[in-house]
Amino acid sequence: MDLSLFLIQTLNGVQYGLLLFLIASGLTLIFGIMHIINLAHGALYMVGAYLAFWLTSLVGNLFLAIILALPIALMMGILIERFLIRHLYARAHLDQVLLTFGLILIFNALQSIIWGNDVHSVPVPEWLNHSVALTDNLRYPVYRLFISGVCITIAIGMYLLIQRTRLGMIVRAGADDREMVRSLGVNINRVYTLVFAAGTALAAFAGMIASPVSSVYPGMGESVLILAFVVVVIGGIGSIKGAFLGALLVGLTATWGTVLAPNFASAAVYALMAIVLLFKPRGLFA
Amino acid sequence: MLDIPKSIRILLLLLTVLLACYPLWGEFFFGDRYEYYLQKLTFMMLLAILALSLDWLVGITGMVSIAQAAFFGVAGYTLVMLTPEFAAANVWVVLPAALVMAALAALVIGLLVIRTHGIFFIMATIAFSQMLYYLFHDAPFFGGSDGIYMFFRPEVSIGGVQLLNLEDRQTRFFIALVSLVAIYLLLRVMLRAPFGRVLRGIKENETRMRALGYNPLFYKLAAFVIAGTIAGYAGFLYTVQDAFVDPSAVSWTLSAHALVMVILGGLGTLFGPVLGAFAFEWLHYGFSNVTRHWELPLGIVVILMVLLLPRGIAGLLLDLSNRIPERKPDPAPAQGKGAAEAKPPIRETTKEARP
Amino acid sequence: MSRTVLETRDLTMRFGGLVAVDRVSLQVEARQVHAIIGPNGAGKSTMINLLTGALRPTAGQILFYGRDITGMSPNRISHLGMGRSFQRTNVFPSFTCLENCRLASQSRLKNSFRFFRPAESYRQVTERAERALELCGLSHRRHTPAAAMSHGEQRQLEIGMVLATDPRFLVLDEPMAGMGQRESETLLELLRELNREYALILVEHDMDAVFSIADVLTVMVNGAVIASGPLDAVRNSEAVQHAYLGEADAVEEA
Ligand SMILES: Nc1ncnc2c1ncn2[C@@H]1O[C@H](COP(=O)(O)OP(=O)(O)OP(=O)(O)O)[C@@H](O)[C@H]1O
Ligand SMILES: [Mg+2]
Repeated sequence: MDLSLFLIQTLNGVQYGLLLFLIASGLTLIFGIMHIINLAHGALYMVGAYLAFWLTSLVGNLFLAIILALPIALMMGILIERFLIRHLYARAHLDQVLLTFGLILIFNALQSIIWGNDVHSVPVPEWLNHSVALTDNLRYPVYRLFISGVCITIAIGMYLLIQRTRLGMIVRAGADDREMVRSLGVNINRVYTLVFAAGTALAAFAGMIASPVSSVYPGMGESVLILAFVVVVIGGIGSIKGAFLGALLVGLTATWGTVLAPNFASAAVYALMAIVLLFKPRGLFA
Repeated sequence: MLDIPKSIRILLLLLTVLLACYPLWGEFFFGDRYEYYLQKLTFMMLLAILALSLDWLVGITGMVSIAQAAFFGVAGYTLVMLTPEFAAANVWVVLPAALVMAALAALVIGLLVIRTHGIFFIMATIAFSQMLYYLFHDAPFFGGSDGIYMFFRPEVSIGGVQLLNLEDRQTRFFIALVSLVAIYLLLRVMLRAPFGRVLRGIKENETRMRALGYNPLFYKLAAFVIAGTIAGYAGFLYTVQDAFVDPSAVSWTLSAHALVMVILGGLGTLFGPVLGAFAFEWLHYGFSNVTRHWELPLGIVVILMVLLLPRGIAGLLLDLSNRIPERKPDPAPAQGKGAAEAKPPIRETTKEARP
Repeated sequence: MSRTVLETRDLTMRFGGLVAVDRVSLQVEARQVHAIIGPNGAGKSTMINLLTGALRPTAGQILFYGRDITGMSPNRISHLGMGRSFQRTNVFPSFTCLENCRLASQSRLKNSFRFFRPAESYRQVTERAERALELCGLSHRRHTPAAAMSHGEQRQLEIGMVLATDPRFLVLDEPMAGMGQRESETLLELLRELNREYALILVEHDMDAVFSIADVLTVMVNGAVIASGPLDAVRNSEAVQHAYLGEADAVEEA
């Protein structure tokens, strides 16, 4: 194996990992703060990708499409929390699993009704549609670097939000203690709505920016959902830092696996998780 | 849930008899659809066994596993892989092999996930079952996403004398029925035995079980393996019936469907999930007859079920049977009254006790 | 000659920065009632969690009948004969009274990997459960699900379950909290009865009860023992009067 392949795969792995971080961080936030397990998180990723595809074909530009799609995603998050998730706070995880599984079915059906079952591709925006020379004979697509950059920016933003703001304080406290939160003068229902909508938007946004590289197809959310679970299990539930490092670890393992053992690439990630669970049943950073 | 009311027991018996007599009345009602429904019912019964095995985990032991299809599928793949291309396999070889493989898979996954709790457990079971899915899906050896056909169903014979002909639909129907009833009764017996008590205790209060001197890990692992083996048995028969296996038999979607069957039927009641399996498959079949987009109505039903019918069909039946005045000759008035008072309401979050 | 049943040496438990139990050294002799009192948050329940293995101490040692049980799992400690009741009622709500005790009693079988014979048919197990029910005064409620009983009755059941495990040493965390006057007195009578054979550690806010039954009194404040010794000596010591007993009423109100 030569150095350039190594470099490319590593860059791909990092980019994939960062994307997974966007998805897993929403999942882990929703769980950490609201104690809700959301199986429909992957479906929201898919919805994001389809929205990007659909709006891009209408307005002709991915970024404009994203700007239009984000409010839709936020709105979806708010509605789902208000009308469905809100009934589940006092219920067992089992009910949450089932209700959000029902949501998956609905999203899958809606996707098939609205957009059909074909595979679509989304054009990379013109000004990012080229590659840079990393070494003399090695070029790398700028759009992938762009994805990584955006994800890192969001990660830093989240870090600041959690370390520096009052909302972040609630997040760090785990918000176990409703009394404590209320004593801060915070409307807990509004916090929950906000957190859920933000998680939804993160997943959908990941789907949007990933659409040009991953293409858009039915069921694309499921593998991502499971990988996000793996990330959360490895990183530790409720931990943003864990999600970040876990996601990079999973991203690199997955891309490297494809090169080294193509038939077992997907299994490698789970082997990683098995090892972590064996030694740290609560994840690396719980 | 140790004793189910007499009226429900009678109802279950009637339904079983009705089902067993399908070959007598089916043709009259369904005409040339008879054969088709015979197969459909066989599939339903096998899925009911899967749902039963899952109820043992979720409803009795309190472990919300989304890996049950993994063991179902592993057994199916074992059968197909061990069947020669141009001959029938010997059932006395492939059945134990399939069960052992399912049990082994349950043991390994169980060992990994057993120490995790709550949401962690849910995620870990999904992820590991998905690992098996990818294994079957990606490795060409297992036929990939297209799956593998089995051209000959296993041979059931002793000393050259054929006992059962698995190529015969009606035989398969009765095997499924007998298996379902037998496994249901077996689980009921186990539930009454010390082992079942311990599992129920773990579900209600694991900390207390530990303080009383039980090590919950052993019992949970045992429950996991038993449930996995039963799921494997269902998967074996399902594959015999289908003569085909593909990765969807291992997918977490099937596990989730099984979970819906359990809740739709009534968590922790054992008889409920059996009814739930029939109801779910019937809805599934009904919706997919009406529309290509059957997932939409099904998803709506699932959500409504969680919101409006958390105790499932069994909950409805139990409420109904409480209205039927039961004339009990044996003097245990406190029990009946108390049981009605202490009806477990909606499942509530059990805050995990801090260690 | 009295024999030491339980001994702790510099037992310490930290939760982050909080020292919930601070270098506590105690000795419980055979057939002694060793009462631990202290204001809310003194670390009494934490102490019990350490003794019974529910928590692993940060430092220190626990000896039970001379055997080092530090860091042992709760289930093993239970099998060595330490029976523990919980401050917050901790029964199996959907089980009947008898089933609760039977499950407790069943834990004394070598294991419960018994799949086929109905649990009721294990005679010894059932007998032990019935005896425990009778001792805690709940025989007449044997077929009532725990969830349908009053809080006081659940407290009684809590004790019954401990007894059904056939312990030789009892660790009770506020057994009388939430009981009515009559039930408390019955329980006190029962504890006296048990005390003829067994030693016990009793954490309790009800001072009258404590003074009427304890042989040895330990007072904890902020995790540390501020006084420990024979009941009368400690009861009258000035430090204790000042630090705790003076506020006892206020504490009980809380
Ligand atoms: N698992 C835990 N994690 C963190 N802190 C804990 C934990 N358990 C107890 N504490 C803290 O340790 C201190 C001692 O608590 P403990 O429950 O032992 O008090 P107590 O003497 O039993 O009080 P009470 O009379 O109210 O029952 C308290 O400040 C409590 O908040
Ligand atoms: Mg306490």
